[in-house]
Formats: sequence, C-alpha cells, structure tokens
Amino acid sequence: MNQLLNFQLLKWLLVSLAAVLATHTPNLPVWVIIASIGFGTWRFLMDKYRWPFPKIWLLLPITLLICVGIVFTFKGFFGRDASLSLLMVMCSLKLLETKNIRDYMLVIVMAYFLVGNLFLFSQTITTFGLSIPPLLLLTATLIHISYKNADKPKPIIFYLKLAGQLLLQAVPVMLILFVLFPRIPGPLWGLPQDANSGMSGLGDSLQFGNISNLTKNSAIAFRVQFKGAAPEQSQLYWRGPVLWHQEDRSWTMSSNKIGLQTESLKVFGKRIQYTMTLEPHNRLWMLMLDMPTLIPHDANLTHDYSMIAEKPIRTRLRYDATSFSSYQLGVNLGERERLLNLQINEGENPRTVQLAKSWQGLSAPDKINTALQRFRQLPFVYTLKPPILGNNPVDDFLFNTKRGFCEHYATSFVYLMRAAGVPARIITGYQGGEYNPNGSYYIVRQSDAHAWAEVWLANKGWLRIDPTAAVSPERIENGINDSLDETDELPLMARADYPWLKKAYLNWDSVNNSWNQWILGYDDKKQLDFLKKLSGKNMSLQEMLMWMIGIIALILGLTAYFLIRKQKAKLNPAQRLYAQYLKLLKRAGLTPRNGETTSDFATRASKNLPNQKTQILDIAQRYNVITYSQSPNPELLQDLAQCIKQLNIPKQS
Amino acid sequence: MLDKVWPLRFWKLGYWQQWFRVVNSANNVAILNPRQIYIIPTRWGLLYAIMLIGLLIGSINYSLSLGYYVTFLLASLGNIAMLHTWRNLVHLQVAVLNSKPVFASESVAINLKISESKNRPRYVIGAYFNQQSEVIHDINANDALTVEIPLATQKRGWQSLPRLTVYTEFPLSLLHAWVVIENPFQFLVYPKPSDSSNPNNLSADAITQGSSMVTKGDDDFNGHKNYQVGDSPSRIDWKASSRGIGMYTKLYSGAEVHTLWLDWADTSGSTESRISQLTRLVMDAHATQQIYGLRLPNNEIAANNSEEHYHQVLTDLALFK
Repeated sequence: MNQLLNFQLLKWLLVSLAAVLATHTPNLPVWVIIASIGFGTWRFLMDKYRWPFPKIWLLLPITLLICVGIVFTFKGFFGRDASLSLLMVMCSLKLLETKNIRDYMLVIVMAYFLVGNLFLFSQTITTFGLSIPPLLLLTATLIHISYKNADKPKPIIFYLKLAGQLLLQAVPVMLILFVLFPRIPGPLWGLPQDANSGMSGLGDSLQFGNISNLTKNSAIAFRVQFKGAAPEQSQLYWRGPVLWHQEDRSWTMSSNKIGLQTESLKVFGKRIQYTMTLEPHNRLWMLMLDMPTLIPHDANLTHDYSMIAEKPIRTRLRYDATSFSSYQLGVNLGERERLLNLQINEGENPRTVQLAKSWQGLSAPDKINTALQRFRQLPFVYTLKPPILGNNPVDDFLFNTKRGFCEHYATSFVYLMRAAGVPARIITGYQGGEYNPNGSYYIVRQSDAHAWAEVWLANKGWLRIDPTAAVSPERIENGINDSLDETDELPLMARADYPWLKKAYLNWDSVNNSWNQWILGYDDKKQLDFLKKLSGKNMSLQEMLMWMIGIIALILGLTAYFLIRKQKAKLNPAQRLYAQYLKLLKRAGLTPRNGETTSDFATRASKNLPNQKTQILDIAQRYNVITYSQSPNPELLQDLAQCIKQLNIPKQS
Repeated sequence: MLDKVWPLRFWKLGYWQQWFRVVNSANNVAILNPRQIYIIPTRWGLLYAIMLIGLLIGSINYSLSLGYYVTFLLASLGNIAMLHTWRNLVHLQVAVLNSKPVFASESVAINLKISESKNRPRYVIGAYFNQQSEVIHDINANDALTVEIPLATQKRGWQSLPRLTVYTEFPLSLLHAWVVIENPFQFLVYPKPSDSSNPNNLSADAITQGSSMVTKGDDDFNGHKNYQVGDSPSRIDWKASSRGIGMYTKLYSGAEVHTLWLDWADTSGSTESRISQLTRLVMDAHATQQIYGLRLPNNEIAANNSEEHYHQVLTDLALFK
C-alpha cells in the first residue's frame, strides 16, 4: 500500500486542488490563497527537480505560523471563515508531505469537504455551477489513484470520462435523497457569529446616510406575489421598524419594555392578499404592506404595527399576509404616547424650533401643509449625495444645504412637527417595487429602502405623510431610478437605461426566484407540503424513509442491470449490412455454423436457395473485399447494400 | 497469537473467510456470479463516509439546500462506485492452468487464466492466495489473461490449492470487492532437500558397498556425454576434442561406469529426514549427470540419468509414505 505515486498523479491532484481553491477565492483572505498556491508550487517543483521532502523542523514552524496568522486574521479559530481558511491552508500544507496513497486519499477527502463548504457562503445558481468542475476533477483524481497500473498510463480523457459517468449516474439517487431525505430544521447548535455576515437590510436605528448607503445596494430585499390585483405603485409602502426616539443624530425604536398599548386599528375597503419571500437580513423585522391585519404564526406585531420575528431571519423566509390600504390607526392617543411622540432634545436646532413656534396659531393639518409647502416651494433637492451637516443638522439641512435623501426629509419633517406640538414618528421600510412579468411578482431591492413619517391628528389617528413625495413625487410614483439625476450612484439594475439588459436581468431573476423557492427554500415545511401534494396525504417520517429506501433500491437495481448487461460490439457499416443479410437468411433457416467462413456459408446457402445464388455469392464476395482489402473502394459499400436489397427471401409463415 | 484471544480472532478477515460463500470451479472454470461477490468499504471508504456525515451535519445546521446537494451527490457517488466495483469483477472466469513442481518451502507459481466475455475491459484486478504475494492486472474486453500467482509451499506430495481470492477496488478505492474461489486443482511438491553440506550419512563406502557395478562387458561403448569436472581423463574422447568440437566423455555401459544406488537403508533418522537426504543425493547425482537408481522400502526405480527419470524419482520421493 505504501507505494510512491507518480508525477502524473501529482499533477492531477494539484489541478483538482487548484480548482477547489479557485472556487473559494472570494471567501479566503489573500495570504491564505498565496500560501496555498505557494505550497502547491513547492510540491510540484519538489517532484520535478527531485528536491527532498521538507523535514519536520521546517514544517512545524510553518504550521505554527499559519495558526498564528489565522488567529490574527479572524480573532480566533472558530467560525465559518476561520475554519475554512484553516482547512484550506492545511490541506495545501499537507501536500508537502504527501508521498503515498494514504496521504493522497486524505487530501482528496478533505478537498471534497471543502467543495461542500462552498455553499456556506453563497447558494446561487452560479455557485452551484462552480461546484461541478472541482467535483469532476477530484473524482477523476480518485480514479487515477485507484488505477494502480502506473506502467500502462491511460489518457487524461479516460479518467475524466469515467468520472463524468460516475457523477451522472449518481444524479438520480441524489435527486431522490434531496426530495425524500427527511429535512431536519436547523440549526442543531448555535451558529458562529460570522455565519450570516454580509447580509444587508434596514437597521434598527436611523442616521443620516443609512438609507442612502443601502440604496447603492442592488441586492434583493424581498419578492412579493399578490393574489389578485396589485395596489398602485404609490401605495406600496412596506412597513419596517417604527422610530420614536431622537438621540443626538440617530432615531431609535421604542423599547417594548415600557409596555405601550397596541394601537387600535380599523380597516376599510378591499383586502390585499400576498405572499412575501424575504431574503435573510439577520434582523428581526418582517416587512408588511401598510397596514397588516393577518400575520404569520411565528411573528409578533408590535404596538406600533411593525412585525417582528421570534429570532433573527437567517434563512429565506416565505409567508402569507393580508393588508388593507385604507385604515384608521390609533385614534385614541394615550398621554405617554403623546409625550414620547413630541420628544426632541432641548437646545438643539434653534432655527427649526423657532420656525415651528411661529406656526402656533395654526391647526395641526395646517402645520403639516405649511411644512410640506416649504419643501415644495423652496429649492430642496432630492439627492443621493447630500452634503455633510453641521452641529445642528436639522437647522443646517432646512435652512442651508437643502439637499438630502429621504431620511433627511423624514427626520426633519418629524422634528418640525414635534417642535410644533404635533405628535409624529418616523417609519422605515421600503417603497415601491419592480414588477417582473415572468412569474408575475414584484422585486423589492435594498435600493428601494425608504423613510417616511406618521403624524397623529385628533379623530383621525396616525396618518402617513411622505415628505419625500413633496420634494420628488417621481420617487413615489415611479421608483428611485426616475427621481435621481445622478444615476451613476445607483446600482445598474435600479437604473432605467439599457432596457434589453434589464429585460435579460428580469428573465434571470425569475429563474433565480424559482431556484430560491424550490431548491434553496426546500425545507422541512416545503418538503411536507410537496409530498402531500404528490401523495395526496400527510406523509409520516417512516413512510418518507420507506419510499426513499424503496426507490433508491429500485434505481440501484436498474443501474446494476444496465451496467452488467453484455455490451453490444459496435459494428462498422459493412458489418451492419452483413448482419442484415444474416437476418434475411435466417428466415430460410440458414445460420452460419461455428467457424464457417463467409464464403463457405455463402456456398452452402446458395445450394439451399438456388434462385438467389448470384446475389448470395455477390454479397459474400463484396463483404470479403471490404473487410480484408487494405483500402476498399467506398462505392463497394453501396454496392453491397444494393445486393442485399435485391435478396428476396420470403417470410416463412 | 491474537487468534487465541477470543474476541480478537474476529478482527482478522481470515477468520470470516471460512464462512464465506465460495465459488466452486466446475470443469476447472470458476465463473464469478453476482451473488458470490462480497463488498465492504475500504478504510478510505470509511473516511469518505465520515466526511459525508460531517457535510450532512453542516447542511442541517446551516440549513443549506446546496450543502444537501453535495452531500447527497457524493453519497450517491459512493453507491454508484459500489456498483462499478462489483461490475468490474462480476462474470469473470477464472481457470487454473498448471504449475511447475517445486521443492517444499520454495514458492510455487500457479498459472491462472482470467477471461473476460462481457465485452468490457476490467481494470486493476488483483489475485492472491495470501495477501503477501498479490498480482494486479488489467484485462481487455473479450480477452483472457494468464497470470502467475506465487504460493508458498511447506509439505511434500500432492497439495490442493488453497482458496484463491480475486478482488478489485477500482474505480474509486472506496470499496473492496472480492470473491473466494475453490478449485480442486492439485500440484506436486517435491521434498525439501537436506543441507548439501551435510551428506555424511551417506558415506562413499556406503555407495560402493551398496551399489553394484554393473558389468556387462568392458568394451561396450555406449555413447558420449558432455565432459564434466571429475570425469576420469582416460574416458575423455581426446580425438573429438582435438577436432575442436568440445570435450566429451566416453561412456561404456558396464565398464567402469558407476551406477549409483541411492538406498533408503543407507540413510538414517526420521522418515522425513531420510527423504530429505535422498532428495539431496538425487539432486547432486542429477547435477553431476551420474546414472543413479533409487531404492525405497516398497519400491525400486531402475538406474538412469534422463530428465524424466529425475522427475520420476523426485515424484516417488514426494509421494512416499
């Protein structure tokens, strides 16, 4: 077993490891990639120039150095990123002492594991595609290792072809396992902190710049499918966290510890039913259309009507919901709520406070109108690139710069209202969405993130006021791409130019949507639903396993049958014609005897069938010429076909 | 040693070998039928399985649909590898051709013919009688391959073939498939010769004493034989050598040609030791091209110095009871 393995095999191993490394490049720090390539190259040169294997006193410090590097880079050994880097660099370091079959097998099994780890980072169709070449190469290398007759090397294609065959034959059982293997809802234990890093979405507080930053992200926040007609674009306000408290420059949610009463809600008009597919964002909120009435089982509604999940949303979440676009919210405002919604920090933004005081004589609706009027009439600009604001940011924005994004308008409007004695709060969420005709659903991106305001009026309750609409009505009517001049700042997909690109993108997104719904979203619940649809009843765990084992046994049995069936020899054209001729003669009860030559058989057959004698002898003669001459005339083949056509042997009844 | 400790004896594959279904050879040919092939994971297969469990746990923990995909694809690949490993072995035909006789404690080469008739090439087929000496080969489609498999011998006489194991781990080395074949073929093992340095038991006296000089007439020229060191100079055919055609010794039947009689009675010790001594003498006599005969208690073989005679004598010694 301890045989040394040859150079060709080493090259195979290095190429397959390089493929694994290549697919992982976005997930690894640069030094890990460089080190891995370095160790691979070292091993290659070692074989090429017959360098000795490095001694333990060299390998040990390298190993220690790597461990230090990992701890330094990731602040620890544990977690997804650190483990991957450690595994990758150790796998390539192991190359430096791979001599025999044992080491090779170890490295290959580790590399298979690394391919599986790819999906911790991304589960897109592209990643799925990227996982195939390394699997193919690793399997081919494994075949090469198993092919121990090094003195009779096979061509590269032999290993690749066999590996491809094996993997293709593995697909049916893989599909059955995928569908029927009982899905256990994870996680089995706490996930490392970094398992869900890189997810983006709304924060739980609002500062200047938060939302305009998010707007540069074209990632999808969620997709919505409406049952029945979808509401107007300008009504698509997706309610997220409701912000009550001003602390310096940031606005935060009210604590649920203070025990505010759930606001009363009356709804009118038509119900809007829809299904949301929320991308994971590692926070609690689940977005709903203003105003939700029916919420999913495992969600809670806060007193101010934002929906909260029980634990951070780390997997794609699908839920059904119902909302009404005409509603009356919180007609009776308690004293505590009233005070909370009037809170502003004392001594800040004096000009704004002064402006609000000057409206003292006006009624609340007039105060609102005056404020909005101000946004409309003064040269306010809706922009993604607002200037930096000074110590009194609201003052600075309202009286100096006048350039801002939705969060500037929402916060300064709410600030003005509170200063003028009108209870007001900020709502963050998303506004609008892009309709995808392929699959008829809406795509809402991070770039659709938005902030608006709610003000409380006696007898009317909380009213939604969107100050951004006053400055840039296009934002609300048509979406973000129509409302900004500096579209370069926006992600490509949120822009209006390149319509064909956009169309291609929408097609691709509908493929992605199905992928998400059916492949990635295939969890325990979906599995039960799917099997129920398939079998017409609820399937128990035992039944699932029984079906799984039964079908797999059937597939393996069939595969085994096809694998050991005697394979037909491939015939050349002349042999095919000759087989045709033999079939015809068989009708007359004539078959060649063991060892009988073509001409002998023809002589015997022509004796039995005297009226076909010339054809039979011609066929035998031509067949012999084609088979045995060095370069037969190609016309001879047609000639042979012609002769066989002329052969007239009646079917025996 | 380990076999003595009760639970440990099960650890060795050899212990289980006795319970295995065995392929019997009909008309000397053993056909490896699907049902007689055994298959178990190799240690790499076990490592691979552990890796798969790791992937499965990871997929569950992180709810990774594509993690499941890789896990299931690789698990299924293991399954398919099982079928392919089995397919690589199934329906081969193994026949025992022959073997050359050897002296006990030497290694005998058993010639096997492994034939393929299913029109597909077989790769990395191994065969062994005991694991120390295995032979690995490829077999082309619809072809037959003759392989020599070494087998250690211990005892003289007709020996039956131990169980032959034919195995393969191709294509992925994750699984080990094998069959156990029995073939009634018997091969002859000559006795082990005693140490050549110690022929004391048989003195020169004994030879002259026990042997009789056949006297049939002095001048009966009987032919030539190649000259060998020790032949009497007077017997060398000098005329022939002067013609430059080589050195020949003239043979005269009856003349002073010694017919060496190797007699059971002149040896001592146990039966086996006597046979060993006689074997040594036969080998020496054959090497020096003497004419020799053998007397056993129940048998006498007339003197001769041909190759057939040599094997006849050794066979008789091998089978002596």
